[in-house]
Amino acid sequence: MQVRFEDINMAFDENKVLNNISFQIPESELVTILGPSGCGKSTTLMLISGLIFPNSGKIYFGDKDVTSLDAVDRKVGMVFQNYALYPHLTVLENIQFPLKMQKVPKKERVERAMELAKLVKIEEHINKRPKDLSGGQQQRVAIARALSKRPSLLLMDEPLSNLDARLRIEMREEIRRIQQETNITTIFVTHDQEEALSISDNIMILNQGDIQQYSTPTELYNYPENLFVAKFLGTPIINSLAMNEALNLPSLNLKSKEIQMTKTIAIRPENLYEVESKEDALISGTVRFVEIIGKNVTVHVDTEIGEIVATELGFVHKQGDTIHLAVNEKDLLLFDDKENTIQRGALK
Amino acid sequence: MMQKPTWKSTLKSFLYLAPALIFIGIFNIYPIFKSLAMSFYENYNIFTGEVGSYGLSNFKEIFSDPSFYTAIRNTFIFVLGVVPASIIISLFVAMMLNRINVLSSFFRSIYFLPFVTSTVAVSIVWNWLYHTRYGLINYFLSFVGVEPMAWLTNPKFALPALIIMSIWKGLGYNIILFLVGLNNIDKNYYRAARVDGASNWQQFVNITMPLLNPYILLVSIIGVINSFKVFTEVYSLFSGRPGPAGSALTMVFYIYEKFYTEYQYGVATAAGIVLFLIILVFTLLQRLVSKRFIYN
Repeated sequence: MQVRFEDINMAFDENKVLNNISFQIPESELVTILGPSGCGKSTTLMLISGLIFPNSGKIYFGDKDVTSLDAVDRKVGMVFQNYALYPHLTVLENIQFPLKMQKVPKKERVERAMELAKLVKIEEHINKRPKDLSGGQQQRVAIARALSKRPSLLLMDEPLSNLDARLRIEMREEIRRIQQETNITTIFVTHDQEEALSISDNIMILNQGDIQQYSTPTELYNYPENLFVAKFLGTPIINSLAMNEALNLPSLNLKSKEIQMTKTIAIRPENLYEVESKEDALISGTVRFVEIIGKNVTVHVDTEIGEIVATELGFVHKQGDTIHLAVNEKDLLLFDDKENTIQRGALK
Repeated sequence: MMQKPTWKSTLKSFLYLAPALIFIGIFNIYPIFKSLAMSFYENYNIFTGEVGSYGLSNFKEIFSDPSFYTAIRNTFIFVLGVVPASIIISLFVAMMLNRINVLSSFFRSIYFLPFVTSTVAVSIVWNWLYHTRYGLINYFLSFVGVEPMAWLTNPKFALPALIIMSIWKGLGYNIILFLVGLNNIDKNYYRAARVDGASNWQQFVNITMPLLNPYILLVSIIGVINSFKVFTEVYSLFSGRPGPAGSALTMVFYIYEKFYTEYQYGVATAAGIVLFLIILVFTLLQRLVSKRFIYN
């Protein structure tokens, strides 16, 4: 089912959480709402679920205006951050709960619950209580419960944040698998960019109640629309350099208009390469520190305009080495005084 | 910091505990065993402390005394009348109080007042409320066309009058306990239940009740024990008598009469032991039954 927000405003007391946001989530997609804490992403999810109501604006499910419909009647499935499994019920009873509320006959709902227990691979534990399950198992139960009433919309509020690193990767693949098997429109909220980039069809980046960018993961990474998005995605964080005399701009072959407009240049650490001479380099500096984690080598370089991080230099440097760094013109991201990306193709 | 217990440290800690232990020993422990022993005394002389012989004659006497059976019957009616109604009403009020934000602590204090007020004072007020001719209750009943009832002088109404007052008096305590219980239920369960399509009633039956069960058990055990021991309410509501024609005679009142007005110490303690056994059985039963309904 398609979800549409039209000019939604939300404030808690004096605190503005969402500023007039509008978006559309296409049917059968997995869309992630990504942003730092306090950006309004959980609020957005709660608005979709009907647990809270907007101050103004309209919410549509398909063509239906559901703005004033309570959560009880919206019939969406939701996985909570702490799972909120009913502690007094067994796994099977938890999964059945939404069906029991709909007064589905017992036989039918047990069948359905078993089917879901198999889908989320929890069928060996159906008679246990939530407290006897591990975090990952509780997570699976929560997903099964959310899916049991066959909702046309599945909401997940930071569902992986309580799991350890390895399990998190396993579960995010599981979520992707379940989403693709059931083909259910899924809205996933997280603050973890890696999670978002790895499972989503589309990602919406929120910051301070505004949508920063809403596009596919690759587009988001390669063509960020503003400096916030560029900085928010990618590890190590993108190098952002203020326009400065220390930069050897002639090496870049930029148009004069571009140079005129640009306030900040951003370069992904993996796009920096080493050159022989200072003349060919964009910037030179000395190696401050080399970080080696398994196959990843990260070089921290001190320059006149601050620290620069490079990850794909191919040659392991020593601390104190002088190093000349350059970048292909096509890998450059230029930002204007409002920190928006300069659309370089559009400039003459 | 945990120290390894040594003889010296144990002795020291007993010294600290001694004042409390001595008082508990004299006023609680000793009387319990003494009364157990006394219930088997026959031909006991309280002034010389002479015991004629030991035997079961005290128990024989109470079990052949019709007013003892009346006392048991009245006590059971009282417990059944007070405890379930009190639980239902206080749960309802607690849920209401839990929902309102404004004046909630004000109402909480109001409901708690009867509990901290002296039973004697409460009884005096209720004595007036129940008054056949001038009482407020009969006044209100007259609006719905009910004839004035002789609450305190008609043997038929004495026990109900006692029950109503006791329910009212115990509400505050139960409400506070239920409020604690309700506050301990994670609000996320209600959110999840709403998303799962549970109506308010379904949320109450499927979330609130099961998660509140430990508190309901606590309140019912305390309620049953306290109700079995009812005395002051009877004494002060009926001016020192067990109701008109003994119609509100309860177990403890029976014991009181045997002890203080008839000086039959053995018989009184024997009745006390029977009361103790009844309460014991019921408390165990409650725990057994509720175990099936309490998750953990």
